[in-house]
Amino acid sequence: MSINSGWSVSPGSRRRFLALSLAAMGIFGLLLLRLWYLQLIRVDHYQALSERNRIRYVPISAPRGPIYDRDGELLVENRPAFGVSVLRQEVEDRDRLISHLAAFLGEDPEVLLKRWEGNRRFPKHRPLPIAEDISREALEVIQENSIDLPGVLVDVRPMRSYPYGEMAAHLFGYLGEITEAELQQAEDDGYRPGDFVGKSGLEKRLEPSLRGVAGDRLVEVNVKGKELRQLKTRDPVPGYKVYLTIDRDLQLAAEKAFGEQAGAAVVLDVKTGEVLAMVSRPSFDPALFARGISGQEWVQLLRNPRHPLQNKAIKGQYPPGSTFKIVTALAALNAGVASASTTVDCTGGMQLGNRQFRCWKKHGHGRTDLKKALKESCDVWFYQVALDLGIDRLSAMAKALGLGEPLGFPLEWEKGGLIPTRQWKKKRYNAGWYDGETVIASIGQGYVLATPLQMAVMTAAVASSGTVLKPQVVKRIEDLSGNVLESATPQVLNRVALSEADLKAVRRGLEAVLNEPGGTAWASRLEGLSAAGKTGTSQVVKLKEDRYKEKTEDIEYRFRDHALFVAYAPTEDPQIALCVVVEHGGSGSKAAAPIARSILASYFGIPTEPPEETPAIPGE
Amino acid sequence: MFDRRLLTHFDWVLLLVVCLVTAIGVLNLYSATSVWPPAGTPIYLKQVYWLGIGLLIAACVCAFDYRHLEYLGFIFYGVTVLLLLFVLLFGKTSMGATRWIHLGFFNLQPSEVMKIVIIITLARYFSEKGVAAYSLRELLGPALLLGLPVLMIMKQPDLGTALLVIFIGGTMALFAGIRRSALVVLGLLGIGAMVGGWFLLHGYQKERILTFLDPERDPLGAGYHIIQSKIAVGSGGLLGKGFMKGTQSQLSFLPERHTDFAFSVFAEEWGFSGSLLLLLLYLFLIIWGIYIARRAGDRFGMYLAIGVVAMMFWHIVVNLGMVIGLLPVVGVPLPLFSYGGTSMVTTMIGTGLLLNVSMRRFMF
Repeated sequence: MSINSGWSVSPGSRRRFLALSLAAMGIFGLLLLRLWYLQLIRVDHYQALSERNRIRYVPISAPRGPIYDRDGELLVENRPAFGVSVLRQEVEDRDRLISHLAAFLGEDPEVLLKRWEGNRRFPKHRPLPIAEDISREALEVIQENSIDLPGVLVDVRPMRSYPYGEMAAHLFGYLGEITEAELQQAEDDGYRPGDFVGKSGLEKRLEPSLRGVAGDRLVEVNVKGKELRQLKTRDPVPGYKVYLTIDRDLQLAAEKAFGEQAGAAVVLDVKTGEVLAMVSRPSFDPALFARGISGQEWVQLLRNPRHPLQNKAIKGQYPPGSTFKIVTALAALNAGVASASTTVDCTGGMQLGNRQFRCWKKHGHGRTDLKKALKESCDVWFYQVALDLGIDRLSAMAKALGLGEPLGFPLEWEKGGLIPTRQWKKKRYNAGWYDGETVIASIGQGYVLATPLQMAVMTAAVASSGTVLKPQVVKRIEDLSGNVLESATPQVLNRVALSEADLKAVRRGLEAVLNEPGGTAWASRLEGLSAAGKTGTSQVVKLKEDRYKEKTEDIEYRFRDHALFVAYAPTEDPQIALCVVVEHGGSGSKAAAPIARSILASYFGIPTEPPEETPAIPGE
Repeated sequence: MFDRRLLTHFDWVLLLVVCLVTAIGVLNLYSATSVWPPAGTPIYLKQVYWLGIGLLIAACVCAFDYRHLEYLGFIFYGVTVLLLLFVLLFGKTSMGATRWIHLGFFNLQPSEVMKIVIIITLARYFSEKGVAAYSLRELLGPALLLGLPVLMIMKQPDLGTALLVIFIGGTMALFAGIRRSALVVLGLLGIGAMVGGWFLLHGYQKERILTFLDPERDPLGAGYHIIQSKIAVGSGGLLGKGFMKGTQSQLSFLPERHTDFAFSVFAEEWGFSGSLLLLLLYLFLIIWGIYIARRAGDRFGMYLAIGVVAMMFWHIVVNLGMVIGLLPVVGVPLPLFSYGGTSMVTTMIGTGLLLNVSMRRFMF
């Protein structure tokens, strides 16, 4: 095929070019004629229409997905609340409107003005939320005076509500109004100013599942802003349903058991790693946040020395104290430096170089083997064993059992605790490791830190012969039609190779803690349940020589020891494992073990207190 | 080896007009989306990025001699038909239609590619045949070439694009010359197809046409666009309401105001005077394109230019006709004016082809 060289346009084609050009001009002429008609002849008609015809989009917030416990008990739901928005384009006199609104709402005009100004960039024809959850009285007053309040809209929006108040507030987290920065980050996700988003806890973590899709109403309004008719409605789509692994009754019982004390508790299902209860005390009322917390309330929460906003179960890092002896015992047996029959003569302390390491029992435990060492929490046995064991093998066992690193719990800022090693100390302090430090570490003091969650996981691992399971709290997520979108399956983080004999030896000691007279938690035993546990008391500050004499009540609160207790039950086929930490509670046996007892009692349905007065049943 | 004549003969006029229209378009997008800017990169800025990409593509397209396309045309055609087939089988479905192949960084819409490919294919067909006036039998070939992709595009369903491909092919055939007797038969066939086609249309497509005939039928659904658009355009008057002051479009009564209805925003804010100016610019672009075809160095180049002009022309006419209530609402963007990467790229490929033909007119 040749290129048509020497080609020239034929006369026929020339005519076609002309025809084509004329056709194009003709059709464009038609378009122009139409524009002429619309824009010059009919201009008055259309201008009138454009004046009259105002259409408003009113957003409808989507109800956030409800949160249930493992049995489908509703833990977090939504209730209808009235909110006030302002369509700024319809407002003629801002200051007058604000002063009116403030009076009706009983709010400070400054606060309303601030919200108004804070969202200047938000388009004027969109309703700008200005007050949340107003009272029925305020609603009535506003509706009666609506004629004086052009541009003010009242709508019903779903608001988070918490039937159990402060219960598990740290786990749920709280909501807050979306910030400018979050709005920018959320890009095209359809968030609007005034939206409430998860700011912490599961509300934040599960935001995409919980938020749902907002709908809107298209409304025709007249020049005065009065709604003439509804044109179109897009219904909002509620967020997904979230089922937690939490057991509501157990959670309530655990929280109740704490009373006014501060601290944390974690209860795990030994077989799946599911969190059955997670307590952090003191708590806060998440409902405060649902409608927008005031600055004053916020500062109060932040300044509280007992840190009510912190989830101590995952962020609290405590010296595990004697509960760590479980780790030391397993490490020593595993390394072969000690056996169940290794005996140490405890005289109340151990001399190492020129330093005396004391046992908590001033006059000593006498001849002590592993079982007795665990049962009575003899420090000297562990001091001795740790010297042969060395810090490296001790740390390795601790880490293998889930201590020292965050466990991948689905909440932000889970802390990792601290398991010291030679390397760590070199890096951190540029100093060598001393035997004395190993001795202190063996009883969970010194540098050693762990979170209640980690201690519970460690305990569960001992109960399940060395299987370290990832703690999980979201059981499943369902869409509206009940399709399961996500569901938890047990995830093994590690399998620690422990011999049956070693495990048996350690468990025997732990069982004695609760089940034999003289065990440190003997007082907290439960009739009809064979449980195993370990008490712990961890020093907050190095105390003076006379610590034996002082009563807990005589020490200033912030210097009091933390009380700890870990346990699993039943011993023959462990189902649950738990850790209780009572901040500044004094001793583990006195403060923490009774709480654990209540938790176990609740879980296994063992009555612990005489039943309250039975109400008279009519007809009996 | 680089021929210096390519530079001396570069068609600056065409480039200037294209850039001028696009600049007005960007300014208009700025206004159309300023009231409620979507989070993230502003639409008008994205359009500027697309313009940059488009210009780069246009530069690539005019860099290599268009005459190679004569040989490549059928290969392109085959590949694009396969892509259309792929879309029908595995394409990405969005809003009930399956038009895209998801490529990770962007979504390829083979029906858009077909607009360009059909131009190249028919240009080769008609330039090779070189018949003065085609009979029905002689038109069978191009009819089949055109019909296959059109049917596939209609199946997606994308009636707007299918119609545009038909218009482009039809214009090229008309330009190539058709015997009078054949024209009459084709006209009758066309009417028959329209009547028959009615029954093949999807419900919403029928609805659109009925609504176009009587917008009040469904003032909040399909008719809403037309009514609102007419109010916006009409209320613009002689001089318009001023830049960024259009009440209809600014208050977002106007849906799709940055894509298919971008012109309504413009007409409201700049009035008849602005509309007139924009229309004259588009008309100039079309006439200049015809002029390029007229001066083309070979017959293939001439048909190529005619095809590109037809593509631009029909886009402009269908879009404007739609927003001013002369034609039913079919999602056809206004070239260089509506927001959208696909439209920009397709138009820029066309522009590149025109530049290509224009600057190589002396190379024979």
